[in-house]
Amino acid sequence: MFTLRDKYAIAGLGETAYTKNSGTTVLNLAVEACQKAADDAGVPVEEIDGIISYNFGDSVPAIAVATALGIPNAGYAVDFAGGGNAANLITLTAAAAIEAGLAKSVLCFRAMNGRSGFRLGGGREFQARGITQYTAPFGWITYPQAMAMWCRRHMIEYGTTAEQLGSVAITFRENASLNERAMQREPITMDDYMASRFIVEPFRMLDICLETDGACAVLVTKAEHARDLRHTPVYIMGGAYGGGPNQGEDLFDAIRWPDHSQNYAAYIADDLWRSAGIGPQDVDLAEIYDCFTYSVIMQLEGLGFCKPGEGGPFVASGAIKRDGSLPLNTHGGLLSEAYIHGLNHVLEAVRQLRGEAGPRQIPGAEIALTTAGAMTCGSAMVLRA
Amino acid sequence: MNDASKPIPVADSDSAPFWEGCREHRLLIQRCASCKTPRFPPMRACPKCHSTLSEWFEASGRGTVYSWIVVQHPVPREVYGQDVPYVVALIDLEEGVRMVSNIIGLDPRAIGANMPVEVTFEPGEGDVVLPKFKPREAP
Repeated sequence: MFTLRDKYAIAGLGETAYTKNSGTTVLNLAVEACQKAADDAGVPVEEIDGIISYNFGDSVPAIAVATALGIPNAGYAVDFAGGGNAANLITLTAAAAIEAGLAKSVLCFRAMNGRSGFRLGGGREFQARGITQYTAPFGWITYPQAMAMWCRRHMIEYGTTAEQLGSVAITFRENASLNERAMQREPITMDDYMASRFIVEPFRMLDICLETDGACAVLVTKAEHARDLRHTPVYIMGGAYGGGPNQGEDLFDAIRWPDHSQNYAAYIADDLWRSAGIGPQDVDLAEIYDCFTYSVIMQLEGLGFCKPGEGGPFVASGAIKRDGSLPLNTHGGLLSEAYIHGLNHVLEAVRQLRGEAGPRQIPGAEIALTTAGAMTCGSAMVLRA
Repeated sequence: MNDASKPIPVADSDSAPFWEGCREHRLLIQRCASCKTPRFPPMRACPKCHSTLSEWFEASGRGTVYSWIVVQHPVPREVYGQDVPYVVALIDLEEGVRMVSNIIGLDPRAIGANMPVEVTFEPGEGDVVLPKFKPREAP
C-alpha cells in the first residue's frame, strides 16, 4: 500500500495540443509536454533527475526524452509497459523513487500519435501468438470489442441500459463544451446517442473514446520543495495500483477473470482509501478513466461511490454532472477531451485543485480522485490542494 | 503475412495439444495431474495447487454463454468485412473453464445469457481448425 501521504506533490503540468494529426514526431510531442511541465513548475531542466513513462510500443523511451530535453543526469529513467492502467502508477512510482533516494524531481509523461500513427487494435500481428492465439482467430481483436464483452455481462447481471451509458457520454460532452482544449465540444442529446451507429454491440460510436495525437506531462517532487515553486502544490494523498487474481497475460486477456461485471477498481479500493485516509464521500470531484462509457460505471461501483449494480442508475441520476454530488470528468474525459491514456485526467484534477479550471471550475474543489484502467488492472490516486 | 488473412494461431509448446486436438475435432483441455483442476489456456503450473504435473482430457464440448458481443464494424475491415455481423462470446464449459469463441448458426438477436451451446469445428486459415459453438437443447 502507498504510505507517503502528503509527502509528495505535483508541481508542474504540461501538454501539447490534442489533434488528429500532430504533424510532428512522438519525441517532439513528449519533449514539448515535458518542457512545459518543468516551466510550469519553475524547475530548471538541470534539476530534473528522473523521468518515467508508459507505452504500448507506441511512444518513445524515457531516455530519449531525457536526451532531447538536455537533462544532464537522468539517473532514474523508467518505461512501464502499459496503457490506460498506468497513468497514476507513474506518479506514485515517482514519489516512491524520490522517497528511496533514486531521484529528486521526476517528470512523468505519456506521448503518442494515437490517431495519425499507431492506432490501437488496428495493427495486431496476424500471427496470433501467446494469449492472442485463443482470441484473435475468432475476430476478438480491438479494445472496444473487449470492453463491450464486459459491458454485456453487467447488463445481464444488473439490467444496465443503453440510456445509462448514453448519460455518461452526454454529461462529459457538456463538460467538454467549456474546455477549449477538448477535441469534441458539440453538445449531444440522448437522441444523438441512440442514433449513433453500433460499432460492436452493445457499444455505439459514442460509447468509445477518441483517438488522439498528443502528450501530457507532470512534474513530481517533494512537498517541501514544491512549496518553494511557482504554484500552490497539489499533494498526493494516496494511491493504489493493481487488480485481482488472474489478471491474465496482457491487458486484453480476461479469460481467467472471474466476474466481468467488476474490474480492478473493486480490488484496489481498500488500499486506495486507506492510504489517503479518506473515503469516497470526501471526494469533491473525480476524473474517472472513460475509455468507454461503461468503464465509468464499473469504477464507480468498485471504488464505493455506489453499490455493485447501481452504477447505471447513479450516472443517469445527474449525480455526475457539474452541479451534482460527484462531478466527473470536468474536462470532457477521454470520450470528449482527448485520449492521452489517462494522464490528461491527472492534469485536469490538478487544475481543478489549483482553481485554474476557468469556466469549468468546480467551486471549492479541495480533494480529487483520478483513476486509470478499465479491465483487470489499473491505478488510482487521491490528490488534495 | 497475408493482409487478407485472419489471425493464425501459432501453437507453442504449451498449446500444441490443444490445436492438435482441434484438428481431430476433439476439444482437449489441460488439467493438473495432481489435483485434477482444469485450466485454460494451458500453462506450466496449476493456479490452485502449483503442481507442474499436467495432463490432457477431452472436454464434453458443452457449455453456456457467459457474455457476448456482436461485431458490426470490423477491424481490420479487409479481413472481417464479409463476416459482419458476427458474434464473439465467452463460453463457460461444463468442466469449469472459460473460452473465447464464435457462436454460429443463429441470428445474433436470438442469443441470450446462459444459453446452452456445444462445440463444433470449422476450418480456419491454413491447416488450422477452430472450435466454435452452436446452440444446443437445454438439458
